Amino acid sequence: MIEREGDFGKIIEEERTMLTRIVSGLRYLGQGMRLMVGMPEYSTYVAHMHHAHPDRPVMSYEEFFRERQEARYGGNGKVTRCC
Amino acid sequence: MNALLSKLGWFAFAVTGAFALAVVALNRGESIGAIWIVIATICTFTIGYRFYSRFIASQILRLDPTRMTPAYKHNDGLDYVPTNKYVLFGHHFAAIAGAGPLVGPILAAQMGYMPSMLWLLAGVVLAGAVQDFIVLFISTRRDGRSLGDLIKSEMGQLPGMIALFGTFFIMLVLLAVLALIVVKALAESPWGTFTVAATIPIALFMGVYARYIRPGSIGEVSLIGFVLLILSIVGGQYVQEIPSLAALFMLTGEQLTWLLIGYGFIASVMPVWLLLAPRDYLSTFLKIGTVVSLAIGVLIISPELKMPALTQFVDGSGPVWSGSLFPFLFITVACGAISGFHSLISSGTTPKMIRNERDARFIGYGAMLMESFVAIMALVAASTIEPGVYFAMNSPAAIIGTTAESATQVISQWGFYVTPEMITQTARDVGEHTVISRTGGAPTLAVGMAQILSEVLGGQAMMAFWYHFAILFEALFILTAVDAGTRAGRFMLQDLLGSFIPFMKRTDSIIANLIATSVCVAGWGYFLYQGVVDPLGGINTLWPLFGISNQMLAGIALVLCSCVLFKMKQDRFAWVTILPAIWVFVCTLTAAWQKIFDANPRIGFLAHANKYKEAVTEGTVLAPAKSIGQMQQVIFNDYINASLAALFMLVLISMLAFGIRTALRARALGTPTAREAPFELLPVEIVSRT
Repeated sequence: MIEREGDFGKIIEEERTMLTRIVSGLRYLGQGMRLMVGMPEYSTYVAHMHHAHPDRPVMSYEEFFRERQEARYGGNGKVTRCC
Repeated sequence: MNALLSKLGWFAFAVTGAFALAVVALNRGESIGAIWIVIATICTFTIGYRFYSRFIASQILRLDPTRMTPAYKHNDGLDYVPTNKYVLFGHHFAAIAGAGPLVGPILAAQMGYMPSMLWLLAGVVLAGAVQDFIVLFISTRRDGRSLGDLIKSEMGQLPGMIALFGTFFIMLVLLAVLALIVVKALAESPWGTFTVAATIPIALFMGVYARYIRPGSIGEVSLIGFVLLILSIVGGQYVQEIPSLAALFMLTGEQLTWLLIGYGFIASVMPVWLLLAPRDYLSTFLKIGTVVSLAIGVLIISPELKMPALTQFVDGSGPVWSGSLFPFLFITVACGAISGFHSLISSGTTPKMIRNERDARFIGYGAMLMESFVAIMALVAASTIEPGVYFAMNSPAAIIGTTAESATQVISQWGFYVTPEMITQTARDVGEHTVISRTGGAPTLAVGMAQILSEVLGGQAMMAFWYHFAILFEALFILTAVDAGTRAGRFMLQDLLGSFIPFMKRTDSIIANLIATSVCVAGWGYFLYQGVVDPLGGINTLWPLFGISNQMLAGIALVLCSCVLFKMKQDRFAWVTILPAIWVFVCTLTAAWQKIFDANPRIGFLAHANKYKEAVTEGTVLAPAKSIGQMQQVIFNDYINASLAALFMLVLISMLAFGIRTALRARALGTPTAREAPFELLPVEIVSRT
């Protein structure tokens, strides 16, 4: 009986790791797709600012979005795509 | 035991690859399934990645997993962000994949599928992926600096300037040839023109939506845009069927040219969030989606290759482009095997996000293998079309005429089976008035894709939809490239001119901007127009010029890589980049030389000019010119093209000289002289995490 419960627990545990894997896989997929169009992860930026520059203001998501858009397309001669 | 098993496994893998290659190579007279090409490709690439790239990584570059990367050193959460290697692979691949690897193999298919396939496989493993990987490594070790900067610091100020100067001209030729592909695909096609035109209001709507209605919602707005795009493809069919609307979108090549030039100018001075950014979202996601579905389609149905392995056109007499297998095949295939442009991407945003130096192998070498795989898919798509129809689509009207009957007559004489019904039926299947002389590669790819995808989904009835979907997908990312390329070109020009006229350097000045933008648009517009009115189809002239310029940049990048290897005191391994460099130099210089001086007017610009000059003195008018004035224009164009080819040769030769000088200097010194950022240790907790 106890053994069975242990099995059951193991199955739940396995399913949970499976689920977290799928979730993190999907998260990476979303991250990857956004980065394909030059938009890095906002949460990473916020975490970085809190960690490294707690004294400086942090851009809101909207500001961050505009800043990144301007940086990718606004020029300075960067070639962001190929033939 | 494990080691033995692994060795046996790799041996089996190598045998499978060799067997698949043998099937492809030795099977004459009967058509083979595309699956053999796919197997040969996968085996070659896996072995190349596992052994050759590993050798480069561990023996030559000595990638150091404990070494600080720019992403950690300069971490700002914006440009410099340590990024998961699979996520970054996607970013890098999306940046390097474009129209080039799709169009090149399609045009090269006139010689049969075999030469292109062999060059794609060998070229990418030994040259293209090596270049991408090593440039990425060099830039990562130098704070993620750009190619121009790297050349300046490793080889000197002057070579850096020359490389930038060359890059600007590549940009012009690239934009012209890309725009020409769009013109060729949309001319006299109301359906295609309508759907592509519809992308402009769709993108504008998306731009406003992502900025004001739901700020920053990239995924959501892209989905909305995608649905609208599909609706515009469906709508295009109705537009084509209603005569009054169809007349509105029935445009000639020249009309489209002027529209594109106008579009290029306006789009590149508009705010980026309004048109460029949303268009980029659509084109990037559509590109990835289409490439993946094409690959799945090929795997599922393994279409039969109808194109012969080799055609008689290896001698250089082909109708699609002129010139013999050496050197022109290598110039034509270009991007899928080795692309100089990638050196700009590998020294662009990617090195600023590499989490660990070790990832450079997977991202640099791996993404290029993937790109080459896309090129193989394009080759498969082109080869599944009946060769007779392929030549009807890709030969200029000056050679095969404008009717199905005349085309059939000429193409039958070349020994390919074709009937007028086959040509008209293909046009009817894809919902076009005609497919004759639809040069430029895009329509051919679209027909091939439509055949493959309709077999997977929708059957014959969906073929017209898939055809226009493929045209839309190509036109969309080409227009994005035209827009973004004009902006990039404008900045390059301002940078270059700024060295002489300080005012031009002011990127905040509207007047300086407008001047530089106009010069850029006029530059590519000139080549585009010249290509559109050319009776031989323009691709004949522009694609080799583009190939030469692209391979020239590859030559420059490989020279830089070799110099850095010498400066790292890895002389004995420098052949890894020197051998591909020699090959690229030989092909590019020979091709440029022949384009200028060959006695055949179909190949040599000067011979072509002389032919027209003689006609002028005799007082006769040769097509496409309709007057002596236009004859003069043709002659002038020839001289411009010849000068451009000469310029590319000069750039290449001077870079070679500077490269040799740098290498000799490095050899004379006993210690490494590579100018890497000083060694720092990655913080321990990061090393253990990655």
